[in-house]
Amino acid sequence: MKIANTSEFLSAEEIAEIEREFEIYPTRRAAGLEALRIVQKHRGWVSDEALQALAAFLQVDTAELESLATYYQLIFRRPVGKAVVYCCNSASCWLMGSRDLQRQLQTRLQVRPGQTTDDGKITLLETPCLGDCDQAPVIMVGTAGGTYEMHRRLTTEKLEELVNDLQKVYGGSSDEP
Amino acid sequence: MTNPEPHSVPNPLTKNITADNVATPIDRYRENDGYCGLLKALELSPQAVIDSVQAAGLRGRGGAGFNTGLKWSFVPDQDKVPGPRYLVCNADEMEPGTFKDRLLMERDPHLLLEGMAIAAYAIGAERAFIFIRGEYFLATERLQRAIDEARAAGLLGKNIGGNRFSLDIYLHRSSGNYICGEETALLNALEGKRAIPRAKPPFPQVSGLWGQPTVVNNVETLCNLPHLISHGEEWYRQLGRHKDTGTKLFGVSGRVKNPGVWELPMGTPVREIIEQYAGGMLDGFRLKGFLPGGGSTDFLTPDHLDLAMDYDVIGEAGSRMGTGTITILDDHSCPLGLTLNLQQFFARESCGWCTPCRDGLPWVVEILTRLESGNGRAQDLDLLEELATGMGPGNTFCALAPGAAEPLLSALKYFREDFERHLQYGGCPFADDRRALLLPA
Repeated sequence: MKIANTSEFLSAEEIAEIEREFEIYPTRRAAGLEALRIVQKHRGWVSDEALQALAAFLQVDTAELESLATYYQLIFRRPVGKAVVYCCNSASCWLMGSRDLQRQLQTRLQVRPGQTTDDGKITLLETPCLGDCDQAPVIMVGTAGGTYEMHRRLTTEKLEELVNDLQKVYGGSSDEP
Repeated sequence: MTNPEPHSVPNPLTKNITADNVATPIDRYRENDGYCGLLKALELSPQAVIDSVQAAGLRGRGGAGFNTGLKWSFVPDQDKVPGPRYLVCNADEMEPGTFKDRLLMERDPHLLLEGMAIAAYAIGAERAFIFIRGEYFLATERLQRAIDEARAAGLLGKNIGGNRFSLDIYLHRSSGNYICGEETALLNALEGKRAIPRAKPPFPQVSGLWGQPTVVNNVETLCNLPHLISHGEEWYRQLGRHKDTGTKLFGVSGRVKNPGVWELPMGTPVREIIEQYAGGMLDGFRLKGFLPGGGSTDFLTPDHLDLAMDYDVIGEAGSRMGTGTITILDDHSCPLGLTLNLQQFFARESCGWCTPCRDGLPWVVEILTRLESGNGRAQDLDLLEELATGMGPGNTFCALAPGAAEPLLSALKYFREDFERHLQYGGCPFADDRRALLLPA
């Protein structure tokens, strides 16, 4: 297995942030998930090269780190858009009409869950319960920088506005019919 | 918080929470008796704290309802198992339909920190982790700020309140994975391993994080400790209205007039929560059934409205109180559709370790999908029952598959007619009911 040169691949900033995590845990390995999150924050996603460099830096097998990276839905092993729209489809949101919201998103963005708009700006994902069930139906919007924002008690009109705002900020149009 | 009569019942869990969406700052928290429970605990022996919590009857608010003091008492003495002890707060709230821990963490983070400090003192831990959902961005920010405030005030860190007790609390952000809420999977996740549940025994209290004695408690459980210790177990026991003690966050979501979460005495009847606090059903909708405490609890029906929300009472009715956040199934929503939705969730979140869960759940999803789309077969309902039984307790390492079986078996029991109608109708009889979808603005 070819391992990328850690110090060349990871930025000084990334290394500094990951090393701060080492203080929290008795092992380097335990910082794995947070290290993945840090790399994703700086690069938008976790590429094979980044994974290898990170595994070397954490002193764990690449396969072991991969088993973490692929386990968590907020860690991306493929590039995603500048904004990721998480449409909650769990029980309370389902009861309050999340199926309509998801259809509306798919039509407006011309993508299916798991896909990114043609211009690479907005990714649509389904998500399990976001813990805001009394405000259902809800949608969460994540950015590449690692922030998350909730949009609650959505209606067709409110979702239309939200998509318009997202497209103004990030783009996210699609040429395909 | 939307208590209709905010001061009519004692509300020690939410007394600092106002209508403003802000975290209670440390000075206001302390003015309202904050950290008094911790300072009192530090004057007691750890054993006395454990005894008091056990006698108070505090039961785990994550859903299992195990006596908290009893759970702590399984941590062995230093001479039997030397080395560090760890406390872990399970803040990985991800049970479908559950939205209570978020409120406590976002609005009164010091209450959780104080509760954690009391628990850590009791079990002899000097390092504690809050295992929090990656999606709980605001709660994470506010908890980190509260940790910094508490540290600056000498309430965390070395020699707290001039005592020999020291404690550091760290946030561990997860990244969207239901199985991490299972306490042994959570420990693997904290160690940086793939979060697959561990075989028990050994239980975490004996061999947990990095092989050391570890206690995992839910957010709401820990938030009960400050007032329990401040006022004592007798006062705490009297907060309950039935057999169980203390207060609890109860919530309602679905087609009710006023969905929300309220702090109420343990043992408050389901009817009171749904009709008085949640305002009853929206006009044009009737109550068909409900999940009493999250997606992994058995459905109950309008016949069960007068039951007390107590662990044993709901248990005897064939369900579980779970997280105490009620999900309402209305008469315009398809029971089979909701069951399918829940099974899809559990199938997706299965870690794949045990066969009944890994293979059983996708099979259940396949059968429910064909029933919903009009391609069901006459023997499908029996097959579903057989699969659900196979996923039940004793066949898997953890409670995920047994939890998934609960809404499935109870839906087959209470809504069998609706399942059969799918067969007769050749599809979902609710499919064209627009009232079951988005409400107009």
